Amino acid sequence: MSERIELAQNAAGRSVPAMVNGRPQIPFLGVGQYQPRGRKAAPPICSTKDYPENGDKRVANLETALRNCGLRNGMVISNHHHLRDGDRVALMALDAAAKIGVKDLVWFPSASFPSQKAAIELMQSGVIHHIEGSMNGPLGDYCTQGKMRGMGVLRSHGGRWQAIQDGEVHIDVAVIAAPTADAFGNADGSHGKSACGSLGFALADSTYADRVIVVTDNLVPFPCVPWQIQGNNVDFVVEVDSIGDPAKIVSGTTEITRSPDRLRIAEFVARFLRDAGIMRNGFSFQAGAGGIALAFVDFLRRMMKEDGVKARFVRGGSTKFLVELLQEGLTDYILDGQTFDLDGVKSIGSDPRHVATSPFTSYNYHGKGNFASLVDAVVLGATEVDVNFNANVVTHSDGRLLHGIGGWQNCLAAGCTILAVPSFRDRIPVIIDEVTTLTGPGELIDVVATERGIAINPRRQDLLDAVKGSSLPIRPIQDIKAEVERICGGKPARPKLGDRPVAVVKWVDGTVLDTIWQVS
Amino acid sequence: MSSVNTLAIPRPAEAGHWGKEVRSDLHVSIEPRDRGGLEITLESRVGIYYGSSILSQTRQVLESLGVKHARISGHDEGALPFVISARIETAVKRAGLGVDKKVLPEKIARAGPSPRDRLRRSRLYLPGSEPKYFINAALHGPDAIILDLEDSVHHAEKDAARILVRNALHGVDFGSCERMVRINQLPLGLQDLTEVIPEQPDLILIPKVERPEQVSQADRMIDELKSRDRIDRPIWLMPIVESALGIENAFAIATATPNIAALTIGLEDYTADLGVAKTLEGRESRYARTRLVNAAKAAGVQAIDSVFGDVGDLAGLRQWGENSRALGFEGMGCIHPSQIPVIHQAFAPSQIEVDKALKIVAAFEEAQQRGLAVVSLGSKMIDPPVVERARKLVVGAKAMGKA
Repeated sequence: MSERIELAQNAAGRSVPAMVNGRPQIPFLGVGQYQPRGRKAAPPICSTKDYPENGDKRVANLETALRNCGLRNGMVISNHHHLRDGDRVALMALDAAAKIGVKDLVWFPSASFPSQKAAIELMQSGVIHHIEGSMNGPLGDYCTQGKMRGMGVLRSHGGRWQAIQDGEVHIDVAVIAAPTADAFGNADGSHGKSACGSLGFALADSTYADRVIVVTDNLVPFPCVPWQIQGNNVDFVVEVDSIGDPAKIVSGTTEITRSPDRLRIAEFVARFLRDAGIMRNGFSFQAGAGGIALAFVDFLRRMMKEDGVKARFVRGGSTKFLVELLQEGLTDYILDGQTFDLDGVKSIGSDPRHVATSPFTSYNYHGKGNFASLVDAVVLGATEVDVNFNANVVTHSDGRLLHGIGGWQNCLAAGCTILAVPSFRDRIPVIIDEVTTLTGPGELIDVVATERGIAINPRRQDLLDAVKGSSLPIRPIQDIKAEVERICGGKPARPKLGDRPVAVVKWVDGTVLDTIWQVS
Repeated sequence: MSSVNTLAIPRPAEAGHWGKEVRSDLHVSIEPRDRGGLEITLESRVGIYYGSSILSQTRQVLESLGVKHARISGHDEGALPFVISARIETAVKRAGLGVDKKVLPEKIARAGPSPRDRLRRSRLYLPGSEPKYFINAALHGPDAIILDLEDSVHHAEKDAARILVRNALHGVDFGSCERMVRINQLPLGLQDLTEVIPEQPDLILIPKVERPEQVSQADRMIDELKSRDRIDRPIWLMPIVESALGIENAFAIATATPNIAALTIGLEDYTADLGVAKTLEGRESRYARTRLVNAAKAAGVQAIDSVFGDVGDLAGLRQWGENSRALGFEGMGCIHPSQIPVIHQAFAPSQIEVDKALKIVAAFEEAQQRGLAVVSLGSKMIDPPVVERARKLVVGAKAMGKA
């Protein structure tokens, strides 16, 4: 990794590597500027004659399955993250690969979690060459300290689908943890002791990978109904005792923030939707499972009841707060990408109006449209926002990896994108001159809501007009920034970042938006 | 002589807090020495961004306090500048240095002086030793904030809280909130006054008042400090009556000085004094509360109710507040920002009351114009006290944005 990496300047003025892990890259050209061409990637054609007639694709263990898949040095192995921090299957698969003796794998999870920090040892021992997927905690530090052999590639959920579909990443073997499955490989996430709700993140893997292994701890006789993963895409089924720790797969309950400042932000956002006329019959919204987002849903629910307004659909990450909206008739549907708590899991497994979606339907930018742009308003977090409304969600202000991108970039396509953020954290201002890592271009970010006031992007004159006469504290972003800098005793010093790229942030169209630099 | 000597010998000391759960605070330890200059070490959660700023602030504060030779180490949990200088000053003073010196943070512009009869529906208590609550307190829109030096501050932390509260009064933006300080019982409270009066708080709460002399004593001290510093802004007093004897003396207390703007009651101590349990309905304190209201009104000052302790029970708070307003109270204390809007609703007149009062006032004005001595509304004659009450209600409702 000591060779010089050639850098290019992209349309956002960011320095990005021209090559990543041996593949030439296209620097970000601007929102909507890159025109993809060609045809989608596809897995090899298979024949039924090569699969058991009785449909029983079980093999004794993962090691056998991986051998049968022909796992070799340098291949790409993938997992989904629906079991979140409770997942056992990804490490099981990587350990099995280590036992077989393969090296230099590219691990391609839809996200990694702190409980998977053992992947560091597998990188040190050479089993894994590098990770392409979100990294945080110990894995994030390993990457930003420049210890990983390859470059990290951070993609949004939609961007991951796009990369697989467009052939940027070819998955050799997909290992899919399934809370319920049959021996044919049909699999479902909503039932079983390790239920996690939707399995949408594994759909691309099951469709595009050369070989697909389903790992389950709840094998049911054919047919597994409903099936989110089609057994017709599956090569092998492995039965194990446990695919994950249920306590960490979903939280028992998701809790609203109790911080008065954060509640204030949540209330501002809900009032904004009402005052701007976005909250009206037939509208739609999406909010995550963070404390502010949950409180926002709670405030909005009260306002919807007061005004007699009903949504057509809400987008999950589902929690009990969205489930309550559904049960109270305040929305016709929940379109759910992932399921965060037990109420969500129960609902998606039993209520036909609670529908599992995938990154293909929701987020993929290289498709014939996607759901994200049909959503009227989305409420997101960020670690930093700059005065031009550009935002960072992946790194701390000191350049260390903090979060994956998740669906964040994809959600920016909504009619109104609102970042709900405290104006400073631990004396560190959130609104700054220039973000450390550009994750979302400011032209797509419409509103920044803080406890000290709401800033509307000047590009959105329509929103500025819509809230004229509102009692909300609408303020220029510079104004909020200046106030916070006064409180914090001046602008924060800019951390010194290294000059060696250790990872890149992809935009939703596969172009390179920004670089993560090595930190000491 | 010996005590003076002990004070004169500098000793190691510390101040502030640090740890995983601590936010917006700084822990400083100081080891004075005879030579070698200043040796400062710092660990900070925000070191990358503000490390050099903290170091230079530390140097400035130490210089202003006349500390020339010492080892200082700081653990910073994202403390804001006004906290940093307060913690350093506290450590320095605990070390026996910096006597009679102080270091103030950058000054914030203050709102205008507080009218004696301003709206005092809600006052948000802020523990004087918890800086993290100060900075955003005003955002939640209470009529007043109270920087508390009394019950929420541990005995060993009184000196630290005093300096912190002083710095907050000087440098924290409390917006349009009335800036109140609850001092300790006298005589300890006199030390609090010495520290905070130069920063011109709008109102001082004096706790556990039983006799008018306690109020007069504090009042005299405030007057002296004001004239020393040439402060002409009013600093109002709100005695807190918290005992059976205090209730008996309520009127005398309320008239102890013209600087009293309001009288309030502390129900935890009062019920303890009576030896009864404090209940949700407040039956046991009804006599004391009505007596206090009567004394306050007789003295021409506001009557303000106690706090409602169960932060989770907003419905109970609403009921308490409505009942409180019906008894003649004009506000109450809050221990959590979520209580503020509920209290404001509870103390607001209903739309029906406002509409009726507006009609009465309009009828009165019309009668005045036409030179009529008798005011009538429809077929009813309106007595002068009814007009007066209606006018007060309209003024109050306007202040609350209700009319």
